[in-house]
Amino acid sequence: MSREAIFPARGPADRLTAAFWRHPRLLLGLLLTPPLLWLGVVYLGSLAALLLQSFYSIDEFSGMVVPEFTLKTYAELLRPSNYDVILRTLLMSAAVTLGCAVIAFPIAYYAARFARGRLKALFYLGVMLPLWSSYLVKVYAWKLILAKEGIITWAAESTHTSGILNAILALPVIGGNSLSTSYVGMFLVFTYVWLPYMILPMQAALERVPTSMLEASQDLGATRAQTFRTVILPLALPGVIAGSIFTFSLTMGDYIIPQIVGNSANFIGMAVYQLQGTAGNIPLAAAFAVVPILIMLVYLTLARRAGAFDAL
Amino acid sequence: MHSDRASLGLRIAAVAGLAFLHLPILLIFLYAFTTEERTYAFPPPGLTTQWFAVAWSRPDIWDALLLSLQVAAVATVLAMILGTLVAAAMSRARFFGREQISLLVLLPIALPGVITGIALRSAFGIMDIPFSTWTIILGHATFCIVIVYNNAVARFRRLSGGVMEASADLGANAFQTFRYVLLPNLGTALLAGGMLAFALSFDEVIVTTFTAGQQATLPIWMLEELIRPRQRPVTNVVAMVVFAATFLPILIAYYLTRNGQELAGSGK
Repeated sequence: MSREAIFPARGPADRLTAAFWRHPRLLLGLLLTPPLLWLGVVYLGSLAALLLQSFYSIDEFSGMVVPEFTLKTYAELLRPSNYDVILRTLLMSAAVTLGCAVIAFPIAYYAARFARGRLKALFYLGVMLPLWSSYLVKVYAWKLILAKEGIITWAAESTHTSGILNAILALPVIGGNSLSTSYVGMFLVFTYVWLPYMILPMQAALERVPTSMLEASQDLGATRAQTFRTVILPLALPGVIAGSIFTFSLTMGDYIIPQIVGNSANFIGMAVYQLQGTAGNIPLAAAFAVVPILIMLVYLTLARRAGAFDAL
Repeated sequence: MHSDRASLGLRIAAVAGLAFLHLPILLIFLYAFTTEERTYAFPPPGLTTQWFAVAWSRPDIWDALLLSLQVAAVATVLAMILGTLVAAAMSRARFFGREQISLLVLLPIALPGVITGIALRSAFGIMDIPFSTWTIILGHATFCIVIVYNNAVARFRRLSGGVMEASADLGANAFQTFRYVLLPNLGTALLAGGMLAFALSFDEVIVTTFTAGQQATLPIWMLEELIRPRQRPVTNVVAMVVFAATFLPILIAYYLTRNGQELAGSGK
């Protein structure tokens, strides 16, 4: 007696399974359709709407949006006051990225090379928790810290180092009335908030540096500093660049920290927020928003070329 | 031989860096108990628990909290469904446009939030969609997809294709394979992704201000207090609650995925 090797179809579910088997594309299509509809329609559609608006202009007398194609709005970006906003944002993003890289390196290096077992888990959790915990709460904590009557002033007074604090605040441009109204304060908050985004990719890159290379470097007579400069740093660079994608992009688009800390100087994110809200100038807001998109596209292209995506 | 111990300087720098990451958050807890009402004075002149009672009896805080929970729950469910679908498709086959799709999933968080926000807002404006709870959910689900996707795709990668073939050989159809083989294997990764998506949605403020209209989620309520402080002690308490509400899901997500190192944190 011979039995069939293939089970007979018992219902629509089986027949559908057979169809999936014969036409793999069918299942793929079914899987991809809902998310692609969502992201394609909701997200890309919205971005297209934004791009479209940036080519409109606003009628200076009526304040109404004129839906005709023009580059006038982009030309407005080059006005000194708007150009300053872009430049200031880029400088702050670069400074924050640098600050994050410097603070992140020892943490990432220690976690990647020396921490083992429980300590490693502790380091990992120690970076993950601040990364995911509430952004607003973190900013709020810094408002408490930087306030004139806050903990930093108190600490400076009780250690008799108020002079140093006042000297920092007296610096031109980056200083100010108190830490919470100066660029120094804003830089600190930005660095704090985005630091974990730098540590994780950096650590991932450092973990991939083979110990044998460090040993070879030492065998060949390199000092610690030379090993760091010629072996560790080049190999860790993709991780640093990967992290910098986050710190740079996140700083560039943020509009909440400049509102809460700092001397109310304008940043790109804030300009977008104010232009679309109180000013009602949607075209200029859209044009401002296109700037970070373009910068990030260039940045991502360069980062991909530097091999940063493998470190993510 | 390469020394196996870190130099003192490195150890100090690493520990100081971790302290820098954690001390500010601890300060929030201290301030929730301060008796000082008008300033952020440190050290607090006295300690009290009265602000918890004050915050508890505030209907506006309850409304904001409920809205936040509602939005986070629905957005998480949507993101879990959509994120798992993309991850399943990406793990199965090489196909044309695969790279582009992974970029598309990543885009809502790779671009600054202000851009996602204003893009959604201008789209709502063009299509005359009034702001509602659903417009908030729409935005949140969009950037939560990638969180679930990251977790699911890492688990799919570890899952050998053999188990699915074995299941088919034993006569299971696609749905049975999904229910009895795939889902138990994916379970913890999906749950972890869902937890993180929930935490992200619960405290999201940058996109939300553009898509919320008149409604206030808890982060929006807090943001208003940050810009124009009126009731500092109550805000301190709310900050602590928000922190706790995001802290627990993160911790759970960590324990669910700690063996696989797949908690894709860099993809927030």
